[in-house]
Amino acid sequence: MTTTTATSRGFGYRHPNLRLAGLLSAPMAWLVVVYLGSLAALFLTAFWTVDDFTGQLVRTFTLKNFQQVFTSSAYLGSVVRTLGIALLVTLFCLVLAMPLAFFMARVARPSWRPLLVALVLTPLWASYLVKVYAWRAMLQPETGVLGWFLAPFGLDSPGYGFLGIVITLTYLWLPYMILPIYAGLTRLPDSMLDASADLGAKGGRTFRSVVMPIIFPSIVAGSVFTFSLSLGDYITAQIVGGKVTMLGNIVQTTYVTNLPFAAAVATIPVVIVLLYLFAVRRSGALDNL
Amino acid sequence: MQTKRLLKVAAVGSAVAMLVAACGGSTSGDSSSSAAAGGSAAPASSAAAAAPGGAAYAGPVGEGEGQVNVLAWPGYVENGSTDPAVDWVTDFEKETGCKVNLKTFGTSDEAVKLVQGGGWDVVSASGDATLRLIYGDSVQPVNTDLVPSYADIFEDLKLQSFNSVNGVPYGIPHGRGANLIMWNTDKVTTPVDSWADTFEADSPYAGAVTAYDSPIFIADAAVYLMATQPELGITDPYALDQTQFDAAMALLEQQKALVGEYWSDYTKAIQAFNSGTTAIGTSWQVIANLAKAEGGKVEATKAKEGATGWSDTWMIVNDTPNINCAYKWVDHIASPETNAQVAEWFGEAPSNAKSCDLTADKAFCETFHAGDTEYWKDVYYWNTPTATCLDGRTDTQCVPYSEWATAWSALRS
Repeated sequence: MTTTTATSRGFGYRHPNLRLAGLLSAPMAWLVVVYLGSLAALFLTAFWTVDDFTGQLVRTFTLKNFQQVFTSSAYLGSVVRTLGIALLVTLFCLVLAMPLAFFMARVARPSWRPLLVALVLTPLWASYLVKVYAWRAMLQPETGVLGWFLAPFGLDSPGYGFLGIVITLTYLWLPYMILPIYAGLTRLPDSMLDASADLGAKGGRTFRSVVMPIIFPSIVAGSVFTFSLSLGDYITAQIVGGKVTMLGNIVQTTYVTNLPFAAAVATIPVVIVLLYLFAVRRSGALDNL
Repeated sequence: MQTKRLLKVAAVGSAVAMLVAACGGSTSGDSSSSAAAGGSAAPASSAAAAAPGGAAYAGPVGEGEGQVNVLAWPGYVENGSTDPAVDWVTDFEKETGCKVNLKTFGTSDEAVKLVQGGGWDVVSASGDATLRLIYGDSVQPVNTDLVPSYADIFEDLKLQSFNSVNGVPYGIPHGRGANLIMWNTDKVTTPVDSWADTFEADSPYAGAVTAYDSPIFIADAAVYLMATQPELGITDPYALDQTQFDAAMALLEQQKALVGEYWSDYTKAIQAFNSGTTAIGTSWQVIANLAKAEGGKVEATKAKEGATGWSDTWMIVNDTPNINCAYKWVDHIASPETNAQVAEWFGEAPSNAKSCDLTADKAFCETFHAGDTEYWKDVYYWNTPTATCLDGRTDTQCVPYSEWATAWSALRS
């Protein structure tokens, strides 16, 4: 009894690499086969074409799909528009999240914090579709809630379109920006702020030279969420976008009739996000995350 | 140190797995590529043959095989699970012993993909799917002698270009509807009878126009051009040569400036019309009915230029092992009792002339113009555009559906 336990323990002890491989092979297989595998399949499909009539896949190599995307001003416009939406959403989320997270982490009584975090999280418990349809009612021209709210200022609801998409997506992804910044701010030691004040720095200077460097990685983490989630979205554009479309809508409308073309379009946001992550990594923001 | 080694193991492990995945991927890719090449060659050769899909079932329709696998538009096959009162499947199953296994689809493109995937016996196909199925050898001709209900089908639905080839029927007509022009009476005070206000640049409703969000909507522009630019010589909105197609796309570009939003989900269309966000645009009869039922101030009519529409067909999949149950099903669904129930539940004109006496709402067939031959004369049912022009022209090539799809996605992006 004791001897068998000893040998089995001994085996694992003598082969740490095997032990690790046993531990990691399942998650690694999942990551590589399911995640990277499907991305590779997507990328490969983008070089194929379809039978004109029956719409069946024809596996012959061609660059036609990418040419079509990058030579048409309509598709290029869509790329720029989608990128613009994702950047604006990230910016709006940042502007809204900073003061909110600061209040939650530094101003509010510590006993309130769990409640405030829960409140920030509540919208995530509701269905995505319910929230977007709610915004459809909010944004409705003339009779919508937003229009009613803005009427005293002589303004009208932005209606369905570019701004409608940006507002709705900002609402949807805001918690993903607030939480990392909040976490970053709670880690900020009070002593540093005191020291900064003792050395004569005013609020603005303290924010720039002490607070920002410490929470910058948190902001980057939040922006990765808001940026990449916005970049891939298409349902919001369908419901509150009016006639404005995003890259995801092109994928959605073409994947049945022309899967390779849809695959080529779908590659674009993947590449953009990879470039974004690379840029973020170069800036060193991920090092102390 | 510990973490470094961990990373090394992980990296080696992932590299091995990647290699395996890559090898597996490339071999399976090779084998299926040869299969696909063979598959894509088949429709071309069979298109030249007289009757794609082989010979029709000689009959007689015998004992059922115990089941029938049905692909249908939502609302076409109801077994009481949506609404206990709406059920035309349970009795069929009891009478014939054929258990109905149903799957619904949302678009014609999806239907074609599902049939090509195999495992289905019958499908309710719209005209923009039927030809793809016929020439893809996915469906077989139908022996109408074995379908007693066929005798009572309206004559102007039989042997149309989308449900037959060279006089050979490939399915049993199910029902039809026209795409109407609809308007909100608060926003549009004078009744409309033309598509002009949805297409022309000087439309007073700029920003509040709607259109159907699908490549097949290009045909709606072609119908309008048939009336307004006869010099283009369009005789069939689904048979457009490059010049005619470009004219239609130019018209749609012009319309895009007027459009507030496009719709493909009919509940969104109802909401947009009722709230007044949309003032005028394309709609279906069923949307008009539901919008009015919700208290919306809307009216709908068929425009004087004519309209596109749909006429659906029950087709039998090639090589089905359940041929007897399949024939029993298409006869059942086209019978007056069932046809009346389906048409009323879905909101379209029934295909069976005898259905009109059996609808719960006695004015139903009148509302939906079921037997009104004149009404349907300038309704162009959805069809699949092919490179070989559907209108019989042989001196030119027409724009095939795949290019309709890419042109539409370019317009919308």
